[in-house]
Amino acid sequence: MDYFLELFLGGLTRGSIYALIALGYTMVYGIIELINFAHGEIYMIGAFTGLIVISVLTLLGWNTVAIIIIAALVAMVYSAAYGYTIEKIAYKPLRGSQRLSALISAIGMSLFLQNYVLLAQTSNFLPFPNLIPEFGIVKPIEHIVRSTEIVIYIAAALVMVGLTVLIKFTRMGKAMRAVAQDRDMAMLVGVDVNRVISFTFVIGSSIAALGGVLVASHIGQVNYYVGFIAGIKAFVAAVLGGIGSMPGAVLGSLVLGWTESFFTGYISSDYEDVFAFVFLVLILIFRPAGILGRSQTDKV
Amino acid sequence: MMTFQEIKKSFLAAIWFMFLTFPIMVIKVNTIEKTIEWHWWRMAAVGLGAFGLSFLWRYLIRRKEAGKRKAEVGGEDKQTLVQRLLSNPRFYLPGLIATAVMVVAFPFVFSLYQTNIMITALIYVVVGLGLNIVVGLAGLLDLGYVAFYAVGAYSYALLNVHFGVSFWMALPIGAALAFLFGILLGFPVLRLRGDYLAIVTLGFGEIIRLVLENWNEFSFGPSGIANIPKPGLFGIDLNLQQSTTFIYFLMIALALMTIFVVRRLQDSRIGRAWIALREDEVACQAMGIDKTRTKLSAFALGATWAGMGGVVFAAKTTFINPTSFTIWESIIILCVVVLGGMGSIVGVIIGAMILILLPEYLRAFSEYRMLIFGVILVLMMVFRPGGIISDVRRTYKFEGLGNKTENKSQ
Repeated sequence: MDYFLELFLGGLTRGSIYALIALGYTMVYGIIELINFAHGEIYMIGAFTGLIVISVLTLLGWNTVAIIIIAALVAMVYSAAYGYTIEKIAYKPLRGSQRLSALISAIGMSLFLQNYVLLAQTSNFLPFPNLIPEFGIVKPIEHIVRSTEIVIYIAAALVMVGLTVLIKFTRMGKAMRAVAQDRDMAMLVGVDVNRVISFTFVIGSSIAALGGVLVASHIGQVNYYVGFIAGIKAFVAAVLGGIGSMPGAVLGSLVLGWTESFFTGYISSDYEDVFAFVFLVLILIFRPAGILGRSQTDKV
Repeated sequence: MMTFQEIKKSFLAAIWFMFLTFPIMVIKVNTIEKTIEWHWWRMAAVGLGAFGLSFLWRYLIRRKEAGKRKAEVGGEDKQTLVQRLLSNPRFYLPGLIATAVMVVAFPFVFSLYQTNIMITALIYVVVGLGLNIVVGLAGLLDLGYVAFYAVGAYSYALLNVHFGVSFWMALPIGAALAFLFGILLGFPVLRLRGDYLAIVTLGFGEIIRLVLENWNEFSFGPSGIANIPKPGLFGIDLNLQQSTTFIYFLMIALALMTIFVVRRLQDSRIGRAWIALREDEVACQAMGIDKTRTKLSAFALGATWAGMGGVVFAAKTTFINPTSFTIWESIIILCVVVLGGMGSIVGVIIGAMILILLPEYLRAFSEYRMLIFGVILVLMMVFRPGGIISDVRRTYKFEGLGNKTENKSQ
């Protein structure tokens, strides 16, 4: 039973991590129908910025809890700024042209950002200090779950609640829904579409950065390439749940996290990713628009 | 006043980029020795660079928008210089002859190293043209195309290791196996569209690679297969130089065959069906085109070329392992197609040449080449989203009908 619980919680951790990245993917996709390939890189830049802030503040001898909070906040601000700038440079001029062009532009951006960090920093894995304190409550179940993981669950849950409130109950959320449904129509009724799109990138990027700092704390290392794999996995999760739908992204991430965790735990760790992809293919065969996605009917 | 505003904009851009790049560019951490280096000069460089480049950026964006407006007003299809040259017989024929002479002379004039690069580029031409069928003509976004490339390469390598099958036997077998895998992938994804299709194909590519990596008994795992023989020429012993030249001409022949077949396919019934499918799936079905067959044939035929490219790749490098078939490879092939201009054969050839030769010749700036490559991809797409040579839509002109109206079929 303990083993099952361990796998369950491990899957939950993975799922929450995927969810933090997948939410940004799905938000951007919902609004401008673009696979933002550079999203994984934004996550990586968040982790790196966090590491830099932590290193500087540790040298200054600050309190560890203050350091991790400040690092997460600075990383979020910077990633948001990156997301904003990337949208302005690489995607905005391409609005209205073929969707594949925007995808290639996103791939180019992703390559650029990876190599930018590689050249400015290093190609090696850098150890990432775990500054999240061990909570007293976690002590008895320490062998199953660490406090970092609990922080990840809480962060993911808070982000989900926050986003739901934002989308459902604020003016900006309403504007986002309007743009997602019909951009031209939203423009006609006075929605500032450019602002909404920028806002979406800013929110999605800062969530990814939060994920980046937490995951790096959990795993304990970071390099310039971590964003790519994480981005692919999160994208798979977003599609699994039904891309464009936020509950779908979370559900897809959790399902992916659990299947991976149970599969590795009970069957084989070699074919973990194979299984994840086979699972994805199977789900999409039976539900071509993802678990929560609505299948579109064409109007002729 | 205009100029003052421009300067102000650029100044703000410079400030913004200095802020943006501050932590990553300026502060270099070494978490092992717990030291921090500060590179303030980099911040100044970023500021100056951003200040200058933002002028250029705004100028180019303005030019692009002016061009777009002109095209909307004029309504005429603007042909690029290359397209006009290609359609003009006076340049076309000498151009063709010059190209042919260059192609034939290439391995004798340039070094072995250059010839090898050119072979790689030609493999990408063939594979790119294959993907062009799937993405450019049929409009199915395939992010796992490298899987078929891997199928081709591994079928030659494995058949050779176990049964001693020669290159010439392996070429059709590899192509046939890739064809089968194309159908195998095609079936489950028939109902999917757009990005769901993209992600499933991506998954398929990863499945193949991961199986090759983990199934040691079958594929020799990550250590790969070495000592794959180069293609033979009627049993004549070739030295390294000669065999490279031979593969070069083999690739030229294969590329020419691919171009010929793809061209014929494009104009055939099935080719038109692909284009119809790309333009509008529902209308296409309403016109009585069998969607299943059309999609499957696109996947299968596209995969065939990748299979052949894979066989040649295995023969050329004489060593393969799963790291040659990562998703990046799929992305690069996709970039070849999109950068060159989707649906256009000349475009794909130019795209392959640029994408493969550019990183090779950028080796002089070896550290920066992938960075530059990324920038070029973005800039290309921003300023020429249709690719270098965009596919010219086939138009029918009805002339001399009464009041001489020109109807363009959409």
